[in-house]
Amino acid sequence: MSVRQSLLAILDQGPCYGYQLRAEFDRRTGSTWPLNVGQIYNTLDRLERDGLVGKAEVDAEGQIYYEITEAGSAEVASWLGSPVVRTAAARDELAIKLAIAVTLPGVDIAHVIQVQRSSTLRTLQELTRTKAATDNPESSEELAWLLVVDSMIFAAEAEVRWLDHSETRLARAVAAGLAAPVPLNTHTPKRGRPAKAPTAASASAALPTAATSATSAE
Amino acid sequence: MTTQEPLLRLDGVAMQYGHGETAVTALVGVDLTVERGELVAIMGASGSGKSTLLTIAGGLTPPTSGEVIVEGSWLSGMNAKQVATLRRRSLGFVFQDFNLIPALTAVENVSLPLELDGWKTKRARRAALDALAVVELSDRADHFPSDLSGGQQQRVAIARAVVGGRSLVLADEPTGALDSTTGEMVLRMLRSRVDAGAGGILVTHDARHAAWADRIVFLRDGRVVDEAASRGVSSLLGARA
Repeated sequence: MSVRQSLLAILDQGPCYGYQLRAEFDRRTGSTWPLNVGQIYNTLDRLERDGLVGKAEVDAEGQIYYEITEAGSAEVASWLGSPVVRTAAARDELAIKLAIAVTLPGVDIAHVIQVQRSSTLRTLQELTRTKAATDNPESSEELAWLLVVDSMIFAAEAEVRWLDHSETRLARAVAAGLAAPVPLNTHTPKRGRPAKAPTAASASAALPTAATSATSAE
Repeated sequence: MTTQEPLLRLDGVAMQYGHGETAVTALVGVDLTVERGELVAIMGASGSGKSTLLTIAGGLTPPTSGEVIVEGSWLSGMNAKQVATLRRRSLGFVFQDFNLIPALTAVENVSLPLELDGWKTKRARRAALDALAVVELSDRADHFPSDLSGGQQQRVAIARAVVGGRSLVLADEPTGALDSTTGEMVLRMLRSRVDAGAGGILVTHDARHAAWADRIVFLRDGRVVDEAASRGVSSLLGARA
Protein backbone atom coordinates (compact mmCIF):
# COMPACT_ATOMS: atom_id res chain seq x y z
CA MET A 1 0.00 0.00 0.00
CA SER A 2 1.56 3.25 -1.10
CA VAL A 3 0.68 5.32 2.00
CA ARG A 4 2.56 2.92 4.24
CA GLN A 5 5.59 2.90 1.93
CA SER A 6 5.46 6.65 1.35
CA LEU A 7 5.46 7.44 5.07
CA LEU A 8 8.29 4.99 5.56
CA ALA A 9 10.25 6.66 2.74
CA ILE A 10 9.78 10.06 4.38
CA LEU A 11 10.91 8.65 7.71
CA ASP A 12 14.01 7.36 5.99
CA GLN A 13 15.17 10.98 5.86
CA GLY A 14 14.91 11.42 9.60
CA PRO A 15 12.58 11.02 12.60
CA CYS A 16 9.14 12.69 12.34
CA TYR A 17 6.02 12.94 14.45
CA GLY A 18 2.50 12.25 13.15
CA TYR A 19 1.37 15.74 12.12
CA GLN A 20 4.73 16.39 10.57
CA LEU A 21 4.45 13.22 8.48
CA ARG A 22 1.05 14.28 7.24
CA ALA A 23 2.38 17.70 6.19
CA GLU A 24 5.38 16.10 4.49
CA PHE A 25 3.19 13.66 2.56
CA ASP A 26 0.83 16.45 1.47
CA ARG A 27 3.49 18.82 0.24
CA ARG A 28 5.23 16.07 -1.69
CA THR A 29 2.04 14.98 -3.47
CA GLY A 30 0.40 18.36 -4.04
CA SER A 31 -2.27 17.67 -1.39
CA THR A 32 -3.99 15.52 -3.98
CA TRP A 33 -4.64 12.59 -1.66
CA PRO A 34 -4.95 14.20 1.78
CA LEU A 35 -4.48 11.88 4.75
CA ASN A 36 -6.09 12.30 8.12
CA VAL A 37 -4.08 12.05 11.27
CA GLY A 38 -5.91 8.88 12.27
CA GLN A 39 -4.62 7.14 9.14
CA ILE A 40 -1.12 8.34 9.90
CA TYR A 41 -1.13 6.96 13.45
CA ASN A 42 -2.76 3.68 12.40
CA THR A 43 -0.06 3.26 9.79
CA LEU A 44 2.68 4.13 12.29
CA ASP A 45 1.26 1.54 14.71
CA ARG A 46 1.38 -1.13 12.04
CA LEU A 47 4.88 -0.12 10.95
CA GLU A 48 6.01 -0.33 14.57
CA ARG A 49 4.33 -3.73 15.01
CA ASP A 50 6.19 -4.95 11.92
CA GLY A 51 9.53 -3.69 13.23
CA LEU A 52 9.98 -1.11 10.47
CA VAL A 53 9.86 1.96 12.74
CA GLY A 54 10.34 2.56 16.43
CA LYS A 55 9.38 5.31 18.86
CA ALA A 56 12.18 7.79 19.44
CA GLU A 57 12.27 10.86 21.67
CA VAL A 58 9.33 12.92 22.87
CA ASP A 59 9.85 16.65 22.45
CA ALA A 60 8.94 19.41 24.91
CA GLU A 61 5.47 19.68 23.38
CA GLY A 62 4.80 16.01 23.87
CA GLN A 63 5.18 15.05 20.20
CA ILE A 64 6.29 11.47 19.81
CA TYR A 65 8.93 11.07 17.12
CA TYR A 66 9.18 7.87 15.10
CA GLU A 67 12.40 6.71 13.54
CA ILE A 68 12.99 4.12 10.87
CA THR A 69 14.74 0.83 11.64
CA GLU A 70 17.26 -0.94 9.41
CA ALA A 71 14.51 -3.27 8.23
CA GLY A 72 12.42 -0.17 7.43
CA SER A 73 15.19 1.32 5.31
CA ALA A 74 15.54 -1.96 3.46
CA GLU A 75 11.79 -1.95 2.84
CA VAL A 76 12.02 1.58 1.35
CA ALA A 77 14.84 0.53 -0.98
CA SER A 78 12.85 -2.51 -2.02
CA TRP A 79 9.73 -0.39 -2.69
CA LEU A 80 11.61 2.14 -4.82
CA GLY A 81 13.31 -0.63 -6.76
CA SER A 82 10.24 -2.67 -7.61
CA PRO A 83 7.32 -1.96 -9.97
CA VAL A 84 3.82 -1.07 -8.85
CA VAL A 85 1.69 -3.97 -10.03
CA ARG A 86 -1.87 -2.99 -10.77
CA THR A 87 -4.30 -5.70 -9.81
CA ALA A 88 -6.19 -7.13 -12.75
CA ALA A 89 -9.24 -7.58 -10.56
CA ALA A 90 -9.78 -3.83 -10.07
CA ARG A 91 -13.20 -3.05 -11.52
CA ASP A 92 -13.38 -0.37 -14.15
CA GLU A 93 -16.84 1.14 -13.87
CA LEU A 94 -16.72 2.62 -17.35
CA ALA A 95 -15.55 -0.58 -19.04
CA ILE A 96 -18.36 -2.48 -17.28
CA LYS A 97 -20.91 0.14 -18.31
CA LEU A 98 -19.93 -0.01 -21.99
CA ALA A 99 -19.71 -3.80 -21.98
CA ILE A 100 -23.22 -4.10 -20.54
CA ALA A 101 -24.64 -1.32 -22.72
CA VAL A 102 -23.42 -2.94 -25.92
CA THR A 103 -25.47 -6.06 -25.13
CA LEU A 104 -28.73 -4.20 -24.45
CA PRO A 105 -31.42 -3.43 -27.04
CA GLY A 106 -32.28 0.18 -27.85
CA VAL A 107 -29.16 1.77 -26.35
CA ASP A 108 -27.39 4.40 -28.46
CA ILE A 109 -23.83 3.35 -27.62
CA ALA A 110 -22.33 6.09 -29.78
CA HIS A 111 -24.14 8.58 -27.56
CA VAL A 112 -22.98 6.83 -24.40
CA ILE A 113 -19.41 7.06 -25.69
CA GLN A 114 -19.76 10.71 -26.71
CA VAL A 115 -21.22 11.73 -23.34
CA GLN A 116 -18.33 10.07 -21.58
CA ARG A 117 -15.76 11.52 -23.96
CA SER A 118 -17.06 15.06 -23.48
CA SER A 119 -16.91 14.64 -19.73
CA THR A 120 -13.41 13.17 -19.74
CA LEU A 121 -12.22 15.90 -22.10
CA ARG A 122 -13.57 18.54 -19.71
CA THR A 123 -11.62 16.88 -16.93
CA LEU A 124 -8.58 16.92 -19.19
CA GLN A 125 -9.12 20.61 -19.92
CA GLU A 126 -9.40 21.39 -16.22
CA LEU A 127 -6.24 19.49 -15.42
CA THR A 128 -4.41 21.20 -18.29
CA ARG A 129 -5.63 24.61 -17.20
CA THR A 130 -4.53 23.87 -13.65
CA LYS A 131 -1.11 22.87 -14.91
CA ALA A 132 -0.79 25.68 -17.47
CA ALA A 133 0.26 28.23 -14.87
CA THR A 134 3.36 26.23 -14.04
CA ASP A 135 5.82 26.14 -16.89
CA ASN A 136 9.17 25.40 -15.34
CA PRO A 137 8.95 23.92 -11.87
CA GLU A 138 10.99 25.99 -9.44
CA SER A 139 11.17 23.56 -6.57
CA SER A 140 11.17 19.88 -5.89
CA GLU A 141 7.64 20.11 -4.46
CA GLU A 142 6.43 21.83 -7.62
CA LEU A 143 8.06 19.14 -9.74
CA ALA A 144 6.38 16.46 -7.62
CA TRP A 145 3.03 18.19 -8.05
CA LEU A 146 3.52 18.38 -11.84
CA LEU A 147 4.23 14.66 -11.95
CA VAL A 148 0.93 13.98 -10.18
CA VAL A 149 -0.98 16.27 -12.56
CA ASP A 150 0.71 14.67 -15.58
CA SER A 151 -0.26 11.24 -14.29
CA MET A 152 -3.93 12.30 -14.17
CA ILE A 153 -3.68 13.96 -17.58
CA PHE A 154 -2.23 10.87 -19.22
CA ALA A 155 -4.84 8.64 -17.55
CA ALA A 156 -7.64 10.87 -18.87
CA GLU A 157 -6.04 10.90 -22.31
CA ALA A 158 -5.82 7.12 -22.30
CA GLU A 159 -9.52 6.95 -21.49
CA VAL A 160 -10.37 9.23 -24.41
CA ARG A 161 -8.21 7.14 -26.74
CA TRP A 162 -9.92 3.99 -25.55
CA LEU A 163 -13.32 5.63 -26.17
CA ASP A 164 -12.20 6.64 -29.70
CA HIS A 165 -11.06 3.09 -30.29
CA SER A 166 -14.33 1.68 -28.92
CA GLU A 167 -16.32 3.97 -31.19
CA THR A 168 -14.43 2.78 -34.26
CA ARG A 169 -14.72 -0.86 -33.19
CA LEU A 170 -18.44 -0.40 -32.63
CA ALA A 171 -18.95 1.23 -36.04
CA ARG A 172 -17.19 -1.73 -37.69
CA ALA A 173 -19.26 -4.21 -35.69
CA VAL A 174 -22.48 -2.44 -36.70
CA ALA A 175 -21.39 -2.49 -40.35
CA ALA A 176 -20.68 -6.22 -40.08
CA GLY A 177 -24.05 -6.89 -38.40
CA LEU A 178 -22.36 -8.02 -35.19
CA ALA A 179 -23.81 -5.44 -32.81
CA ALA A 180 -27.08 -7.24 -32.04
CA PRO A 181 -28.33 -7.08 -28.45
CA VAL A 182 -27.90 -10.16 -26.28
CA PRO A 183 -31.32 -11.39 -25.02
CA LEU A 184 -31.75 -12.96 -21.59
CA ASN A 185 -30.92 -16.64 -21.66
CA THR A 186 -33.91 -18.27 -19.98
CA HIS A 187 -32.59 -21.83 -20.52
CA THR A 188 -29.41 -21.50 -18.58
CA PRO A 189 -29.42 -24.19 -15.85
CA LYS A 190 -28.91 -22.87 -12.35
CA ARG A 191 -25.44 -23.61 -11.07
CA GLY A 192 -23.96 -23.68 -7.64
CA ARG A 193 -26.22 -23.68 -4.63
CA PRO A 194 -29.54 -25.53 -5.22
CA ALA A 195 -32.80 -23.66 -4.63
CA LYS A 196 -33.96 -26.17 -1.95
CA ALA A 197 -32.93 -29.50 -0.44
CA PRO A 198 -34.04 -32.55 -2.48
CA THR A 199 -36.89 -34.70 -1.05
CA ALA A 200 -36.38 -38.42 -0.32
CA ALA A 201 -38.43 -39.34 -3.39
CA SER A 202 -36.49 -37.13 -5.74
CA ALA A 203 -33.21 -38.32 -4.23
CA SER A 204 -34.02 -41.98 -4.90
CA ALA A 205 -35.25 -41.11 -8.39
CA ALA A 206 -31.94 -39.37 -8.99
CA LEU A 207 -29.98 -42.47 -7.99
CA PRO A 208 -31.64 -45.41 -9.76
CA THR A 209 -28.41 -47.35 -10.27
CA ALA A 210 -27.43 -47.24 -6.61
CA ALA A 211 -30.93 -48.26 -5.51
CA THR A 212 -30.96 -51.15 -7.94
CA SER A 213 -27.56 -52.46 -6.88
CA ALA A 214 -28.54 -52.18 -3.19
CA THR A 215 -31.64 -54.29 -3.86
CA SER A 216 -29.73 -56.97 -5.74
CA ALA A 217 -27.17 -57.23 -2.91
CA GLU A 218 -29.88 -58.29 -0.51
CA MET B 1 -16.15 45.71 -38.78
CA THR B 2 -17.35 46.16 -35.23
CA THR B 3 -15.46 45.15 -32.13
CA GLN B 4 -18.24 42.67 -31.31
CA GLU B 5 -17.64 40.75 -34.52
CA PRO B 6 -15.87 37.45 -33.78
CA LEU B 7 -12.47 36.87 -35.35
CA LEU B 8 -13.92 34.05 -37.38
CA ARG B 9 -17.46 33.00 -38.10
CA LEU B 10 -18.59 30.04 -40.16
CA ASP B 11 -22.29 30.06 -41.04
CA GLY B 12 -23.84 26.87 -42.37
CA VAL B 13 -20.66 25.83 -44.11
CA ALA B 14 -21.02 22.76 -46.31
CA MET B 15 -18.48 21.11 -48.54
CA GLN B 16 -18.97 18.51 -51.18
CA TYR B 17 -16.31 17.08 -53.43
CA GLY B 18 -17.35 15.81 -56.88
CA HIS B 19 -20.84 15.57 -58.35
CA GLY B 20 -23.66 13.12 -58.77
CA GLU B 21 -23.25 9.57 -57.58
CA THR B 22 -19.56 9.98 -56.86
CA ALA B 23 -20.04 13.10 -54.73
CA VAL B 24 -18.44 12.99 -51.30
CA THR B 25 -19.87 15.17 -48.55
CA ALA B 26 -17.09 16.48 -46.29
CA LEU B 27 -18.98 19.05 -44.22
CA VAL B 28 -22.66 19.58 -43.52
CA GLY B 29 -24.02 22.88 -42.17
CA VAL B 30 -21.18 23.71 -39.81
CA ASP B 31 -21.57 26.82 -37.63
CA LEU B 32 -18.51 27.90 -35.69
CA THR B 33 -17.18 31.09 -34.16
CA VAL B 34 -13.77 31.93 -32.76
CA GLU B 35 -13.47 34.98 -30.54
CA ARG B 36 -10.35 36.93 -29.67
CA GLY B 37 -8.51 35.21 -26.86
CA GLU B 38 -10.18 31.92 -27.66
CA LEU B 39 -8.61 28.66 -28.80
CA VAL B 40 -11.01 26.16 -30.31
CA ALA B 41 -9.91 22.55 -30.84
CA ILE B 42 -11.47 20.44 -33.57
CA MET B 43 -11.46 16.71 -32.96
CA GLY B 44 -12.83 13.82 -34.91
CA ALA B 45 -11.84 10.54 -36.53
CA SER B 46 -9.96 10.44 -39.83
CA GLY B 47 -12.26 11.61 -42.60
CA SER B 48 -14.59 13.48 -40.23
CA GLY B 49 -13.90 16.79 -42.02
CA LYS B 50 -11.41 18.41 -39.61
CA SER B 51 -8.81 19.42 -42.16
CA THR B 52 -11.43 20.47 -44.71
CA LEU B 53 -12.90 22.76 -42.08
CA LEU B 54 -9.50 24.33 -41.49
CA THR B 55 -8.78 24.94 -45.18
CA ILE B 56 -12.21 26.58 -45.58
CA ALA B 57 -11.74 28.70 -42.45
CA GLY B 58 -8.37 29.80 -43.82
CA GLY B 59 -9.80 30.82 -47.17
CA LEU B 60 -7.72 28.22 -48.98
CA THR B 61 -10.84 26.51 -50.37
CA PRO B 62 -14.28 28.11 -50.83
CA PRO B 63 -17.14 26.09 -49.32
CA THR B 64 -19.84 24.61 -51.54
CA SER B 65 -22.35 26.66 -49.55
CA GLY B 66 -22.39 28.77 -46.41
CA GLU B 67 -20.37 31.78 -45.37
CA VAL B 68 -16.90 32.37 -43.96
CA ILE B 69 -16.45 35.73 -42.22
CA VAL B 70 -12.97 36.72 -41.06
CA GLU B 71 -12.76 39.84 -38.88
CA GLY B 72 -16.07 41.00 -40.33
CA SER B 73 -15.10 40.44 -43.97
CA TRP B 74 -17.24 38.03 -45.98
CA LEU B 75 -14.96 35.85 -48.08
CA SER B 76 -17.74 35.05 -50.54
CA GLY B 77 -17.80 38.69 -51.62
CA MET B 78 -14.07 38.78 -52.41
CA ASN B 79 -12.06 37.87 -55.46
CA ALA B 80 -9.05 35.54 -55.21
CA LYS B 81 -6.57 38.40 -54.84
CA GLN B 82 -8.52 39.98 -52.00
CA VAL B 83 -8.79 36.63 -50.22
CA ALA B 84 -5.02 36.14 -50.62
CA THR B 85 -4.38 39.59 -49.12
CA LEU B 86 -6.70 38.89 -46.18
CA ARG B 87 -5.00 35.55 -45.64
CA ARG B 88 -1.60 37.23 -45.57
CA ARG B 89 -2.66 39.97 -43.18
CA SER B 90 -5.08 38.24 -40.83
CA LEU B 91 -4.33 34.54 -40.84
CA GLY B 92 -1.40 32.42 -39.82
CA PHE B 93 -1.03 28.73 -40.54
CA VAL B 94 0.88 26.14 -38.55
CA PHE B 95 1.28 22.70 -40.08
CA GLN B 96 2.47 19.37 -38.75
CA ASP B 97 5.64 19.44 -40.88
CA PHE B 98 6.50 23.08 -40.02
CA ASN B 99 6.68 24.23 -43.71
CA LEU B 100 9.67 26.50 -43.20
CA ILE B 101 11.70 27.48 -46.24
CA PRO B 102 15.04 25.67 -45.84
CA ALA B 103 17.12 28.33 -47.64
CA LEU B 104 15.94 31.11 -45.32
CA THR B 105 17.01 31.69 -41.71
CA ALA B 106 14.47 31.63 -38.88
CA VAL B 107 14.04 35.40 -38.91
CA GLU B 108 13.78 35.48 -42.72
CA ASN B 109 11.09 32.79 -42.61
CA VAL B 110 9.12 34.87 -40.13
CA SER B 111 9.56 38.18 -41.97
CA LEU B 112 8.76 36.78 -45.41
CA PRO B 113 4.94 37.14 -45.23
CA LEU B 114 5.37 40.76 -44.13
CA GLU B 115 7.75 41.52 -46.99
CA LEU B 116 5.35 39.87 -49.41
CA ASP B 117 2.77 42.24 -48.02
CA GLY B 118 4.95 45.23 -48.92
CA TRP B 119 6.74 45.87 -45.61
CA LYS B 120 10.25 47.35 -45.85
CA THR B 121 12.91 44.70 -45.11
CA LYS B 122 14.22 46.41 -41.95
CA ARG B 123 10.77 46.90 -40.46
CA ALA B 124 9.74 43.34 -41.32
CA ARG B 125 12.92 42.01 -39.72
CA ARG B 126 12.27 44.00 -36.54
CA ALA B 127 8.74 42.62 -36.31
CA ALA B 128 10.04 39.11 -37.02
CA LEU B 129 12.65 39.42 -34.25
CA ASP B 130 9.92 40.54 -31.85
CA ALA B 131 7.82 37.51 -32.80
CA LEU B 132 10.81 35.19 -32.31
CA ALA B 133 11.43 36.74 -28.89
CA VAL B 134 7.87 35.86 -27.90
CA VAL B 135 8.50 32.20 -28.71
CA GLU B 136 11.85 32.43 -26.89
CA LEU B 137 14.01 31.95 -29.96
CA SER B 138 15.86 35.26 -30.17
CA ASP B 139 19.18 33.45 -30.00
CA ARG B 140 18.27 31.26 -32.98
CA ALA B 141 17.12 34.05 -35.31
CA ASP B 142 19.95 33.60 -37.80
CA HIS B 143 19.93 29.82 -37.80
CA PHE B 144 18.63 27.86 -40.78
CA PRO B 145 15.78 25.38 -40.19
CA SER B 146 18.19 22.46 -40.59
CA ASP B 147 20.09 23.74 -37.54
CA LEU B 148 16.94 23.83 -35.39
CA SER B 149 15.19 21.02 -33.52
CA GLY B 150 11.65 20.07 -34.47
CA GLY B 151 10.25 21.96 -31.51
CA GLN B 152 12.25 25.07 -32.39
CA GLN B 153 11.11 24.88 -36.02
CA GLN B 154 7.51 24.69 -34.91
CA ARG B 155 8.01 27.70 -32.64
CA VAL B 156 9.39 29.58 -35.66
CA ALA B 157 6.23 28.56 -37.52
CA ILE B 158 4.11 29.93 -34.67
CA ALA B 159 6.09 33.20 -34.74
CA ARG B 160 5.45 33.35 -38.49
CA ALA B 161 1.75 32.70 -37.92
CA VAL B 162 1.31 35.63 -35.53
CA VAL B 163 3.85 38.14 -36.86
CA GLY B 164 2.70 41.61 -37.86
CA GLY B 165 -0.48 41.60 -35.86
CA ARG B 166 -2.08 38.60 -37.56
CA SER B 167 -4.79 37.56 -35.26
CA LEU B 168 -6.12 34.15 -36.27
CA VAL B 169 -3.89 31.11 -36.03
CA LEU B 170 -5.01 27.95 -37.81
CA ALA B 171 -3.02 24.94 -36.69
CA ASP B 172 -3.31 21.50 -38.27
CA GLU B 173 -1.83 18.81 -35.99
CA PRO B 174 1.00 21.18 -34.98
CA THR B 175 2.45 18.69 -32.51
CA GLY B 176 2.13 15.62 -34.72
CA ALA B 177 5.85 15.43 -35.49
CA LEU B 178 7.08 16.28 -31.99
CA ASP B 179 7.70 14.26 -28.86
CA SER B 180 5.31 14.66 -25.97
CA THR B 181 7.25 17.25 -23.93
CA THR B 182 8.24 19.37 -26.96
CA GLY B 183 4.68 19.22 -28.24
CA GLU B 184 3.47 20.55 -24.92
CA MET B 185 5.93 23.44 -25.10
CA VAL B 186 4.62 24.36 -28.58
CA LEU B 187 1.06 24.30 -27.27
CA ARG B 188 2.03 26.53 -24.35
CA MET B 189 3.35 29.03 -26.90
CA LEU B 190 0.20 28.80 -28.96
CA ARG B 191 -1.91 29.18 -25.84
CA SER B 192 0.04 32.24 -24.70
CA ARG B 193 -0.38 33.90 -28.13
CA VAL B 194 -4.10 33.31 -27.89
CA ASP B 195 -4.20 34.61 -24.32
CA ALA B 196 -2.44 37.74 -25.60
CA GLY B 197 -5.42 38.45 -27.86
CA ALA B 198 -5.16 36.24 -30.94
CA GLY B 199 -7.68 33.53 -31.75
CA GLY B 200 -7.01 30.05 -32.95
CA ILE B 201 -8.27 26.78 -34.29
CA LEU B 202 -6.33 23.68 -33.37
CA VAL B 203 -7.07 20.56 -35.37
CA THR B 204 -5.84 17.53 -33.48
CA HIS B 205 -6.66 13.91 -32.80
CA ASP B 206 -4.80 14.08 -29.50
CA ALA B 207 -7.07 14.71 -26.53
CA ARG B 208 -4.18 15.84 -24.34
CA HIS B 209 -3.40 18.60 -26.83
CA ALA B 210 -7.03 19.52 -27.46
CA ALA B 211 -7.30 20.08 -23.72
CA TRP B 212 -5.30 23.31 -24.10
CA ALA B 213 -8.29 24.79 -25.94
CA ASP B 214 -11.19 26.70 -24.42
CA ARG B 215 -13.67 24.68 -26.42
CA ILE B 216 -13.45 21.31 -28.10
CA VAL B 217 -15.68 20.71 -31.10
CA PHE B 218 -16.28 17.17 -32.33
CA LEU B 219 -16.91 16.39 -35.95
CA ARG B 220 -18.40 13.16 -37.17
CA ASP B 221 -19.14 12.61 -40.85
CA GLY B 222 -18.83 16.35 -41.48
CA ARG B 223 -21.22 17.42 -38.75
CA VAL B 224 -20.59 19.02 -35.38
CA VAL B 225 -21.85 16.37 -32.96
CA ASP B 226 -20.81 17.82 -29.63
CA GLU B 227 -18.88 20.54 -27.88
CA ALA B 228 -16.98 20.48 -24.62
CA ALA B 229 -16.25 23.78 -22.92
CA SER B 230 -13.78 24.10 -20.09
CA ARG B 231 -15.16 24.32 -16.56
CA GLY B 232 -12.08 26.02 -15.16
CA VAL B 233 -9.39 24.53 -13.01
CA SER B 234 -9.51 21.01 -11.72
CA SER B 235 -11.07 20.02 -8.43
CA LEU B 236 -9.29 16.66 -8.60
CA LEU B 237 -6.12 18.26 -7.35
CA GLY B 238 -5.49 19.64 -3.93
CA ALA B 239 -4.57 23.27 -3.37
CA ARG B 240 -0.83 23.57 -3.54
CA ALA B 241 0.90 24.65 -0.40
